[in-house]
Amino acid sequence: MKIIVCVKQVPDTSDIKWTENNTMVREGVESIMNPFDEYAVETALRIKEASSETTITAITMGPPQAKDVLKRAIAMGADEGILISDKKFAGADTQATSRTLAAAISTKIGEYNLVICGMYAIDGDTAQTGPSIAEHLDIPQITYAKELEYTGEDSITVKREVDEGSQKVEMRLPGVVCMLKCDYEPRKPSIKGTMKANRTQIPEYNLEDIGLDPSVVGIKGSPTIVSKAFRPEPRESGEMIQAGSPQEAAQALIEKLKAEKILA
Amino acid sequence: MSEHKGIWVIAEKTPENQIAGVSLELVNAAKGLSQKLSGEEVGVLLLTGNDDVEPLLKELSEAGAQKVYLVRDENLERYSTELYSKAACDAITQKKPSIVLIGATTTGRDLAPRISARLNTGLTADCTGLDINEQGLLAATRPTFGGNLMATILCKTCRPQMATVRPKVLPKAEPDTSNSARVEKLDINLDPSAIKVKILECLNACQSAGCKIEDAEIIIAGGRGIKNAEGFKILEGLAESLGGAVAASRACVDAGWRGHCDQVGQTGKTVCPKIYIACGISGAIQHLAGMNSSDIIIAINKDPEAPIFQVATYGIVGDLFEVVPALTEAIRNSRLTCSC
Repeated sequence: MKIIVCVKQVPDTSDIKWTENNTMVREGVESIMNPFDEYAVETALRIKEASSETTITAITMGPPQAKDVLKRAIAMGADEGILISDKKFAGADTQATSRTLAAAISTKIGEYNLVICGMYAIDGDTAQTGPSIAEHLDIPQITYAKELEYTGEDSITVKREVDEGSQKVEMRLPGVVCMLKCDYEPRKPSIKGTMKANRTQIPEYNLEDIGLDPSVVGIKGSPTIVSKAFRPEPRESGEMIQAGSPQEAAQALIEKLKAEKILA
Repeated sequence: MSEHKGIWVIAEKTPENQIAGVSLELVNAAKGLSQKLSGEEVGVLLLTGNDDVEPLLKELSEAGAQKVYLVRDENLERYSTELYSKAACDAITQKKPSIVLIGATTTGRDLAPRISARLNTGLTADCTGLDINEQGLLAATRPTFGGNLMATILCKTCRPQMATVRPKVLPKAEPDTSNSARVEKLDINLDPSAIKVKILECLNACQSAGCKIEDAEIIIAGGRGIKNAEGFKILEGLAESLGGAVAASRACVDAGWRGHCDQVGQTGKTVCPKIYIACGISGAIQHLAGMNSSDIIIAINKDPEAPIFQVATYGIVGDLFEVVPALTEAIRNSRLTCSC
């Protein structure tokens, strides 16, 4: 079985700071593997552990330093990594990104059974790239996947979580699975894995290598543009209820709500 | 591009075969956009099985739809990515709307990127605001970087301009019983053998299935401070005394204490209840993105520095395992009910 895992390097959004002029401080923000993608890698590794014939290729599109997330995937246990990198890819929206990744998968990997992505990237939060890759590859998808139940060469059974509850679904392969965070934690890279990652040559492909026209990639190939970015209006804070015991605090809160005619 | 006219909403149905709340919110939003586009038609694309469509058409008419494009096919009885995207793409290609809006539900976010990728157009995800700019373009505003930043996105050169929009953010209109939408049936060939994903089983529905969090007027939400799945019992007690629903932060859902359908926040649901009681929730910006438009926010947390207190209408610094039961008991004893 051949598995492709799509990973993305993202800034750690839990650690964002702002300048006095309300612009984001980008310097010194740590770059990490998108946390949802760590679950995608972990899920692939679990399939590999269950069937030794499996190989895992991690792929990313990004600047040269995005190689770091491929090294991390290899250190976790992936077999190889592929970097798709070209200045012409810069400024891509989800449409151009997914088109580029799909073209790279088709031209540089070719045969595969399964593509696993993280459901969201924590910087963009769009959840669009996985399904769009599936569309460009013309294969089916399972979004909001929480747990893999069965994997064979031709089909996969997945538990997914949707607004109404959870579902068990079966997909004929090849297909794309977009992972939420699962009940199992992604493993940390081992020392042996890290040494292997440092030894592994990561091939790098540019626009010409994947055979797309310059007009369909990067900012030129992106139908959407950001016209404005701003910080959300903060909500005003209210009052703290100062009271001694929990009972007194509860009572004081109830009095406030009664005064506001919310409780009667 | 000028041949593209009209604002469409792709309607979503609930399991009870009604129009989803977010679709009605979007019809109302489309009416507002239409006024800024010299009255372009507000259309709804309704994909449905062979069930009775009259109640659905009535709901859409009362919400303000001027036209309903109806695709009725037994293969659309149940949602499938394959056939819904085929039907929607064919309908859009035939009728050429300028704007297509879809609810940012799990189904909408499964469907929308397939459509935009196939039609080679722009899609803005999970929007919280829609407007028309001075050039007559859809200006779709959405939170990004985990809710730290808002971005307004345009799609200048491709049509239709597409957006998924969060439920419960834009207002619904009061039903207008005098409005009657015209119906146009569209014939689209659908081949069920295209379906590659089969639903084997619908497992547990949401824990608060009796009262879905997105519809609740009162929400009691638990965060990391709840400590384990068992800890939610005391929140359920309070929810019962007030007639509310129980929700959870992402930390609890990631830990497996509650299902994804109970999750409030950037990667969960957006809620807008009358009262939101946050228990043991620190108030990360990603969580606030899902609940900070609630009328009243009550925060109970041990840590006086927790950011949740910065948005709370009322804050109590204390141990939720003491304060919540005290609150439940006081409400029960005084036989208070909520006026909302």
